[in-house]
Amino acid sequence: MTENGTYVYYPGCSLQSTGRAYDTSTKRVAQHLNLTLNEIEDWNCCGATEYFSVNALPAYSLVARNLALAAETGGAPEVVAPCSACYLNLRKTNDYMHKFKKLGAQVNQALAAGGLHYEGGSLRVRHLLDIIVQDVGYDAIGAQVTRPLQGLRVAPYYGCLIVRPDTGYNTEYPTHLDALMTTLGATVVDFPMKTHCCGGHMTQISEEVAYELIRRILKNAADYGADAIVTLCPMCQLNLDAYQGQVNRTFNTDFNIPVMFFTQLMGLAFGLSTDELGFGSEMVPAMPALSRIGRELPEERERPKRRDKQALPMPTPRGSGRSES
Amino acid sequence: MSEEKIGVYVCHCGHNIAGTVNVEEVSEWAGHLPNVAVAKNYKFMCSSLGQEMVEEDIKQEGLTRVVVAACSPHMHEPTFRGACQRAGLNPYLFEMANIREHASWVHQDDKEAATEKAKAIISGAVRRAEELEPLEPFRAPINETTLVVGGGIAGINAALEIANSGHKVILVEREPSIGGHMAQFDKTFPTLDCAACILTPKMFDVGNNPNIELLTYSEVEQVDGFVGNFTVRIRKRARMIDTGLCTGCGDCWERCPAKVIDFVYESGLGYRTAVYRPFPQAVPKYPVIDTESCIYYKNGRCKACEKFCPTGAIKFDQQDEVVVANVGNIVLATGYDLFDARRIPAYGYGRLANVFTSMEFERMTNASGPTNGKVLLRDGVTQPESVAIIHCVGSRDKNTNIYCSATCCMAALKFAHLVKEKTHAQVYNFYIDMRTAFKDYELFYNRLLEEGTHFIRGRAAEVTDAARQPGEEGKLIVQAEDTLIGKQRRVPVDMVILMVAMEPRADASEVAHRFGIGCSDAGFFTERHPKLDPVATMNEGIFIAGTCQGPKDIPASVAQGEATAARVLSLIGKGEVQVEPVRARIDEDRCSGCRICNNLCPYGAIDFIAEKGVSRVNPAQCKGCGTCVAACPSQVITGQHYTYDSIMAQIEGLLYDQRTPDEHVRVLEMEPA
Amino acid sequence: MVHTSPKPGLYEQIMAETPGGEALVTCLQCGTCGGSCPSGADMDSTPRRLFAMLMADMDDAVLESNTPWYCVSCYYCTVRCPQAIPITDLMYTLKQSAIAAGKFHKDAHANFSDSFIGYVEQFGRSFEFGLATRFQLTHHPLRTVRKSGLGFDMVRRGRLHTAPDRIRNMPQLTAILNEAKRIAAQPVPAGGVT
Repeated sequence: MTENGTYVYYPGCSLQSTGRAYDTSTKRVAQHLNLTLNEIEDWNCCGATEYFSVNALPAYSLVARNLALAAETGGAPEVVAPCSACYLNLRKTNDYMHKFKKLGAQVNQALAAGGLHYEGGSLRVRHLLDIIVQDVGYDAIGAQVTRPLQGLRVAPYYGCLIVRPDTGYNTEYPTHLDALMTTLGATVVDFPMKTHCCGGHMTQISEEVAYELIRRILKNAADYGADAIVTLCPMCQLNLDAYQGQVNRTFNTDFNIPVMFFTQLMGLAFGLSTDELGFGSEMVPAMPALSRIGRELPEERERPKRRDKQALPMPTPRGSGRSES
Repeated sequence: MSEEKIGVYVCHCGHNIAGTVNVEEVSEWAGHLPNVAVAKNYKFMCSSLGQEMVEEDIKQEGLTRVVVAACSPHMHEPTFRGACQRAGLNPYLFEMANIREHASWVHQDDKEAATEKAKAIISGAVRRAEELEPLEPFRAPINETTLVVGGGIAGINAALEIANSGHKVILVEREPSIGGHMAQFDKTFPTLDCAACILTPKMFDVGNNPNIELLTYSEVEQVDGFVGNFTVRIRKRARMIDTGLCTGCGDCWERCPAKVIDFVYESGLGYRTAVYRPFPQAVPKYPVIDTESCIYYKNGRCKACEKFCPTGAIKFDQQDEVVVANVGNIVLATGYDLFDARRIPAYGYGRLANVFTSMEFERMTNASGPTNGKVLLRDGVTQPESVAIIHCVGSRDKNTNIYCSATCCMAALKFAHLVKEKTHAQVYNFYIDMRTAFKDYELFYNRLLEEGTHFIRGRAAEVTDAARQPGEEGKLIVQAEDTLIGKQRRVPVDMVILMVAMEPRADASEVAHRFGIGCSDAGFFTERHPKLDPVATMNEGIFIAGTCQGPKDIPASVAQGEATAARVLSLIGKGEVQVEPVRARIDEDRCSGCRICNNLCPYGAIDFIAEKGVSRVNPAQCKGCGTCVAACPSQVITGQHYTYDSIMAQIEGLLYDQRTPDEHVRVLEMEPA
Repeated sequence: MVHTSPKPGLYEQIMAETPGGEALVTCLQCGTCGGSCPSGADMDSTPRRLFAMLMADMDDAVLESNTPWYCVSCYYCTVRCPQAIPITDLMYTLKQSAIAAGKFHKDAHANFSDSFIGYVEQFGRSFEFGLATRFQLTHHPLRTVRKSGLGFDMVRRGRLHTAPDRIRNMPQLTAILNEAKRIAAQPVPAGGVT
């Protein structure tokens, strides 16, 4: 946690348009938790994946302008990005400028043309979810829950870039968003596809490829009986939500799973209204799922199913051996 | 200036040195150094002709010091010391200059710099040689008892070979029984003979050999001394069983109500009771009480075992015992741990019920295992119709272990055969490279090909239960690139077996430190030479065998166990050892008796002689590490063979072209921070 | 040991231009990347095969391959690669090289990237509405009609702006990008970008 819970905030382009609900709910929840988000003055696009595909050095320089401005923003040495793609690009540029000295020098040569300079590695780049679970912590969040999301079965969808490459979280099967949802009172379904790709920019390039990737995730969430998918990235939300109809038409399926931002669900559990949290802009309406909050869920089917006497023990870390008498 | 006559010999080492260092120029240059009487270069100094050249010059030219500029002293210092000795020169007046590892091999791209560096190294060695003093090695008798640590197949063979030659062995094993990992196996590759059938007779022999003192449920806590004369402290953990009374009848464990998962012998796949004997053929036959899971130790009640024991052998208040023993040699055969498959989350171990580790599968196929040898899914009922075997789990992977675990390909083939034999299931092996080296292994691979096992050349990317297409529901899907086709494949199966890596024991570095030996980057114990001295270590009298040295299969472990026995027996046969006189020595006349060195010595080798008010080094315990030499505020401790003067002279020599002859190297006294 | 080859070809160039790219010489051809790739089925060569082609100096075939263009940047290959090769980053470099050589695959979305960059260089922010329409109109004019329904829904929900945002200090960003492009246009120095 930074001093006074203050962070430098980089919203990114998507949060100004397709992911507006994410920006709205982030700011509202931050206010509720007494976090201060100082938005970088005059920030620019992070380049997404596109710029890096065409010309790497200008792409790194594009990102580095944001880092240089972030360092000038003051208030805290930590930059927080709610968008996973922005988070990756900021973090990667920050790390590479530090690790690969020649690259760092070249980027600074470019920055100098705009009167800027940035020392790679001098800021810490973090994802919004990381700040929520690490700095604020589950206990403090739990203490704010006034309207538990009881009865809502959510599939926690992390996507790629919050866990890969090399963020310190489990790269295949993270559980911190699961734990956050449990803290809010929701029921978390097992979700093997939780870190698989949403299709990214493929929706613009090859519909065939993108729709198949989206289908896999929706099918998995449906197979495990999720009422809603909860995400932490505007691109993931856009692909799973806005293209759900196209996927249904393409594959003759009838998925109808709303896709929400974790900040929206936090706000709901804190007792904030749906209007304050940007609900209503989703393409697959969230209301039917939200109306389930408060219901009693039928007793959970145990996974793996309850074992009888013949069953072999599941792997347990040594030392936590349960005594079975 | 001293009046020594020094001979300098520059070795070509074939092209190893001469290919990079200009050896002609270097030896010509060395000939002009002060006190150098002879300077020559030769293709292979270590050859008999090279050695004879040195001997001849000592005799003819009256050399008083010899410097050979060649390879590492690890390799050939003994060689040239021998040559000096044969010619009548004290071997400690020989100095080796390493211009191979320190110059030619590391500067192959800059011959000129390598040549200059070789000159500096030789200059340092020559100056140091001038300061050397003649020394005599210590001689000490060899204790004929040997300590073997670890009762797996390597340790068992080492112990039996030594004991059968008529010498005493103390065999220490951490677990309640000897047998090691091999005792968990059902069949052994490539012949498929039953592991128990070939192992248990050897275990029985160990238990009944009058020359072997078997200490199970025990660990070595402390090691002091040196080759021939080690003192070891062994903690015998309390079994809570009086082994004098126990008959091994089994009434206790049959009545024990506490059932816990057996993580050791059953690899987590089966249960045992709190009072238990790990397996029926255990040696010794006595059980132990696991006090962590015993109900009596939790709430003071139960005592079922005590009630039903016909001989009154249960002793709930038994205490650990400490045994101190004197031994001459030590064999470490401490084995390996298995890689924790949870570290590769893409394979779902721990989350997906029907993903098993290779050791879990070993137990499953073992007739005395949790399923009585049946191949079943985690529900304990269903037979799989398709099984995937994933190779290289935690091996050949920079994210986990970079090395190849050497045994898994063959074990995977064995499993594939057993699955086919027992279930007729389809078996898919996902491999990177199939490694079936050694005798008759390739024949076994051929047999598996003939049996119709599927081989997919591609490292499995993930195991998932997320069905994507019809036919995948309820299955585990292994996704991989079939690299021989160049296409992605998804293979739905009922069961997945992960061939997990062999890793160093979790406490290997601690154990290495305790016994004064080294570990490799991967954490396995380091041998003295990877090819020519594979079971010795840098600590004389301490040998290593089996998988504690690196991954290997049963035949290789057995061979190493027996090799250590040969090494131990040859030392015992000599009757005495010569110990390097590289020791600290205190000038008692100048010692102030401050005792700073007493507590610093890591080997407890410095005694304080109260009546004289001085400290004294016990040369038998001193390892010559130099800690006391550096710490002595009065500078009255000398490291023999590494004296202050010899080190300063060597530094001055190394800096020969950086200073004038009048400038001397001095130690800068650093102000304490 | 440094990989040596008679003349630096595409293989060496790709490694030199990718931070950490020199790890490619240690590729085991195990196929973890190809097995992990979510769009692997749609690639004409799996990443593993593309690297084998690169090592075999099949430069034109590599540059014309659709493989890098189907990369979704999910980084599964990178984190799973047993030789810690930065595969995703190598895919970016391969795209750059294909564009520079003018040999990219017909499916390649180099034009989409160009449109995207065009907006970023003009406004400093991306402009999703303009991007989607411009790219779709150029490449898939028939689909535009079908997709436009979605676009209007998005606009109606306030999720797409019909006019782009522009950052205030555009001259500064332009100066930075122009300088970066000037540096990038210089030949890669020995030792690459690291």
